Amino acid sequence: MHKVVIPIGPQHPALKEPESFSVTLSGEKIMKFSAKLGYNHRGIEKACEERTYTQDVYLTERICGICSHSHSTCFVQAVEEIAAVAVPKRALYIRTLIGELERIHSHLLWLGVAGHEVGFDTLLMYSWRDREVVMDILAMLTGNRVNYGINTIGGVRRDVSPEQAKQILKAMDTLEERTKYYIQIATEETTLIQRLSGVGVLSNKDALKLGAVGPTARASGVDRDVRRDDPYAAYAEVKFKVITDNHNDVYGRTLVRMGELMEAYSIIRQIINNMPDGPVAVKVPRKIPAGEAVSRYEAPRGEDLHYVKANGTEKPERVKVRAPTLANIQTVAKMLEDRQLADLPIVIAAIDPCFSCTDRLTGVRQQGKRSKNVMRWEDLHSYSIKYYQEHGIDFTDLNKKLAKLLK
Amino acid sequence: MTKEPDIQNSLIKKFGFLEGKIRIPRERRIFADAAPENFATIIEYAMKDLSFTMLCTITGLDEGATLGFLYHLAREDGIMLSIKLNIDKNNPVIKTITGYFPGADIYERELMDLLGAKVEGLPEGRRYPLSDDWPVGDYPLRKDWKKQEGANNA
Repeated sequence: MHKVVIPIGPQHPALKEPESFSVTLSGEKIMKFSAKLGYNHRGIEKACEERTYTQDVYLTERICGICSHSHSTCFVQAVEEIAAVAVPKRALYIRTLIGELERIHSHLLWLGVAGHEVGFDTLLMYSWRDREVVMDILAMLTGNRVNYGINTIGGVRRDVSPEQAKQILKAMDTLEERTKYYIQIATEETTLIQRLSGVGVLSNKDALKLGAVGPTARASGVDRDVRRDDPYAAYAEVKFKVITDNHNDVYGRTLVRMGELMEAYSIIRQIINNMPDGPVAVKVPRKIPAGEAVSRYEAPRGEDLHYVKANGTEKPERVKVRAPTLANIQTVAKMLEDRQLADLPIVIAAIDPCFSCTDRLTGVRQQGKRSKNVMRWEDLHSYSIKYYQEHGIDFTDLNKKLAKLLK
Repeated sequence: MTKEPDIQNSLIKKFGFLEGKIRIPRERRIFADAAPENFATIIEYAMKDLSFTMLCTITGLDEGATLGFLYHLAREDGIMLSIKLNIDKNNPVIKTITGYFPGADIYERELMDLLGAKVEGLPEGRRYPLSDDWPVGDYPLRKDWKKQEGANNA
């Protein structure tokens, strides 16, 4: 049959992020698949060299909109190792807590996306509604839904109060009940099982050979998890199972992520119940002594790796980041070999490539009034200008000058 | 911590020239300095005999007169072996390791784009991660690289 090459991306309605795929088809069957990445390259590694370690904590946090805590933790761990800082235990527990909350929000988000890609939008509505429970907990603990800003070199920036701990435990009960329902759907709903089974197959051998990581690898029977194999933060002190599956397909990847959600609830309960007292951070000098360190972190999507080299100044000599999607994207070509074109969106989505969703509406309750004011974008904008003016930061004159220059 | 010194000893026993070139900064972390002529055999030995079956990534470094390449290998038990190669910056040629680790492809292309490494034996393919219209011979992770005028402040 005549072969057709279809370009997908870099801008395409089916893709949530800019990547470019080239798919060679014979009829409906995929003969060859290749990916061109780099459209999101922002030069962060170079930018890290030009900034101080403290600034880099916030910069690395912005590598990804979903695994933001993963990247900042991975970075601070490397810097702390070079500077030989003894991070307080309570800080390590809080890092683990935020890390697992992040995994819950990421996996619930994935479940919704997967549901959407196979035309099961009810699942998207349900799982994203439930995801709000964990988003509210994260906002309560850190002040933000993503990009939590909780890490600092030497510990964390906010403590967890006993009242907050109670709310977290309550939220875990709600989420556990909901997740049990999703597991029931995933194991009993025949349309979902049939749509996901045998799709995007990655054999155990190929997963090992291509260096797959995270749930993508674990669903192909690869028993690897950095949290257990190379423990960091408080993972050496909590009990959890590494979930693996032998379905080797998108269905297996769904089961692994659902199982990991259940483990995350258990880890969070252990963390809250056994959290030691004490300080949450120690002071670290701005200058970090010369040295190098490799730090690993099990992000929701798989192993994240940071290499940091210090030269004795306030700025790092080199920061290298390997995010999990880069390791996994190479398996997609294998998964799509000889498969139908219609399977492409779910197969790509099943490795859970990263994308950010931080848009939200802010509701502000005025003191003494019961009615709820909804702030529009314009209101937020003028509110922020007023807020900064009251705090002594005024750009009115500068803005006038700029307007003049632009004329 | 008993496995790490064992790995160090096996490496030195097999490759005598590694004596004094292996560091164990902490539990589960080993760094070794290799030379280009014996690099492939070390990688093969680490992979086949010492069960370092995972390639995490390759880090490229600009170290003045040379370019440094750190190959981060890992085992199932969490031990990482980072093998370092230093190559003359004027002719930074390295051999591909895709024969051992097919997943190395994208990491090697990254070294080509960002540091100007020349990778022997790597098949033709799409560049990563810079754009197709990136100026030839411009390697942003080299220390002497300057931003073009008018470019946004990185």
